[in-house]
Amino acid sequence: MINHLPILQVIVPLMAAPVAALVRKRGVAWFITVLATWASLAIAVLLLLDVRDGGTIRYALGGWAAPWGIEYRVDTVSAYVLVIVAGIGAIVTPYALLSVRREIGVKQAPLFYSALLLCLCGLLGITITGDVFNLFVFLEISSISAYALIAMGPDRRALHAAYKYLIMGSIGATFIVIGIGMMYMMTGTLNMADLARLLPSVGGRTVTVAFAFLAVGISLKLALFPLHQWLPDAYAYAPSTVTAFLASTATKVAFYVLLRVVFSVFGVVFAFETMSLHWALLPLAIVAVLFASLTAVYQGNVKRLLAYSSVAQIGYMILGVSLATVTGLTAGLLHLFNHAVIKGALFLAMGAVMYRVGSVRIEAMQGLAKRMPWTMAAFVAGGFSLIGVPLTVGFVSKWYLVLGAIENDMWLVAFFVLVGSLLAVAYIWKVAEAAYFKDYIGDLDVREAPLGLLVPMWALVVANFYFGVDANLTVGVARQAAELLLGVGP
Amino acid sequence: MSDQIILRVATKIIVPTILLFALYVQFHGDFGPGGGFQAGVIAAAAFVLYALVFGLRRTHRVLPTWVVRTCASAGVLLYGGVGLATMIGGAEFLNYNVLAHDPEHGQHYGILLVELGVMITVFGVMVTIFYFFAARGREDL
Amino acid sequence: MRILGLYNYWIFIFLMMVGFYILISRRNLVKKILGLNIFQTSVFIFYISMGKITGGTPPILVEGSEEVIYSNPLPHVLILTAIVVGVSTTAVALALVVRIKEAYGTIEGDEISAMDNQIPF
Repeated sequence: MINHLPILQVIVPLMAAPVAALVRKRGVAWFITVLATWASLAIAVLLLLDVRDGGTIRYALGGWAAPWGIEYRVDTVSAYVLVIVAGIGAIVTPYALLSVRREIGVKQAPLFYSALLLCLCGLLGITITGDVFNLFVFLEISSISAYALIAMGPDRRALHAAYKYLIMGSIGATFIVIGIGMMYMMTGTLNMADLARLLPSVGGRTVTVAFAFLAVGISLKLALFPLHQWLPDAYAYAPSTVTAFLASTATKVAFYVLLRVVFSVFGVVFAFETMSLHWALLPLAIVAVLFASLTAVYQGNVKRLLAYSSVAQIGYMILGVSLATVTGLTAGLLHLFNHAVIKGALFLAMGAVMYRVGSVRIEAMQGLAKRMPWTMAAFVAGGFSLIGVPLTVGFVSKWYLVLGAIENDMWLVAFFVLVGSLLAVAYIWKVAEAAYFKDYIGDLDVREAPLGLLVPMWALVVANFYFGVDANLTVGVARQAAELLLGVGP
Repeated sequence: MSDQIILRVATKIIVPTILLFALYVQFHGDFGPGGGFQAGVIAAAAFVLYALVFGLRRTHRVLPTWVVRTCASAGVLLYGGVGLATMIGGAEFLNYNVLAHDPEHGQHYGILLVELGVMITVFGVMVTIFYFFAARGREDL
Repeated sequence: MRILGLYNYWIFIFLMMVGFYILISRRNLVKKILGLNIFQTSVFIFYISMGKITGGTPPILVEGSEEVIYSNPLPHVLILTAIVVGVSTTAVALALVVRIKEAYGTIEGDEISAMDNQIPF
């Protein structure tokens, strides 16, 4: 069974999804989901251990060898992202039990878990596949289930947010298919490794156009500024579990797709020398950091505030890519992991507030620190990490980002990273001030969130500090992945 | 429309024909154009026609919601089951060669089973979508 | 002549732009979905015409003749998958519109946005 791990990674959640939809009891559906996500995490960790020393696992579906058949390909980059996605899934699903009971109807709960599993399956599939069309299919599996998940939010605005996301997401997906079609037209292959081999020799305008379509399509899915319009509403009105899950995985996987397409398929030379991609990404990334952070300061809804902050964090990741050096890319990849644990923790804390208070507006949070000390402490701890205080993961990735910028003599970029962090202080402080220095005004008898919510939340908070203090593991893997993508090093 | 005798009789003749055609498309899929997806949609169309003429209530009696919901899940499980069987047989996921004594038959059975899974799922999903859209806002169903 | 010879791409671009324009300019949620469908259909045509070879037959093995030119079936199979994806997206989108109509009482994007902005959440 051990050599079947790549396919099991996708099949386990895919098979668990119909089972969860079939059972009528939501408890049973939840239990199946937890089992499937933990199994996925175990598989992902095994895969990472397997490729840790630089190897690549290849798996030919149906016995059809690449480039004729679909090939699953696991290297350090994909194994790293797989562990992040599966890990967040494994932490969020135990949390879902109570949160879903509060926010989603009894009848929809099994279907909710089914959609969550399908979304996880799609995200894992995107990461593991070595075939560009297969990637598109998985992208749509994850996106369509994400639309359904967001629409299950308790407020009616969730419906409108899901609709807007659907329209934007479908445009992005269609752009990606057009790009894939043009690449296929020029090379006659869909396998990523094969494309990378053939594309430099064909060249020409069609390949340039394909690259443009892919870049725009992926940027839409990634919510890169100014294509981020769908994200704040979708994250603000989705059920808390879904927000935490999507915020820590969906955009990360889109970021991975960008890396794959830019570095593995088109290659550094084409993307950065012929197409000058960094001159498109660098300004957008900086504007994303500044604009989104500034917008976040003015938000009254904390989930929306964090969503804008996500747009800014995507800016940091793209900034790392646009440096196109090992340090820059390492910073981008590090931030992928770090932002997943930071935002996961923050959104789970907000889910707990939602569970007890029923609102996540800043006014509703006044004086909550006395009533829900653990939840608000988790929020502040996550906030520290978001700002980039030393000893947290946020510091590690910002450190590498500034280092990468200085390496390229881009002092201004390094300065903007610091400005972004200052703005993060402003919006986190807004929430912390309301929670710690104001008196509780509501008439509800609010108590601390139950353990079922606190344990997953604090697991992520502890991860924030653990990987902030001992960054060897994450930095090592991220650097190895960056070297692999740039084609340098061992 | 159930008071229109011509429609009723015509539907009663057409529905079995559509279902038969669906099965033809399904099982002819490995020789010529056709396959599970098309077959599933055609089969679902038969029930949509039935519901249009005889009403949703009677269609529910023929094909209850839980049946279509089970179909939608069972097809995926059948597909995964075939994949699992090939893995237990010692080959890659969905490598049908190991399903029978020789690879040629194995490929034949494998693709038929997988397409059957596709048909069942597509049929289930299509009818479910129709049921939910049609029953929306009607408390009596 | 070269430009006319590539007419399939002109149709693709035209449909794509029509769909995209509807998608951007219309505020009605159902019309947006129609635009999205036209937009996606243009891609289907792009893929399908890509696999066609002049004089090519359907890729079913003809016994006894070696010199038959077959059309490329792979883009057609790919686009079958994309059509399925398109159908699912449309189904989800329409389901959302039905729910939006029930919740808001309208399917005009402007009115819904106005209602959204009335109450802080």
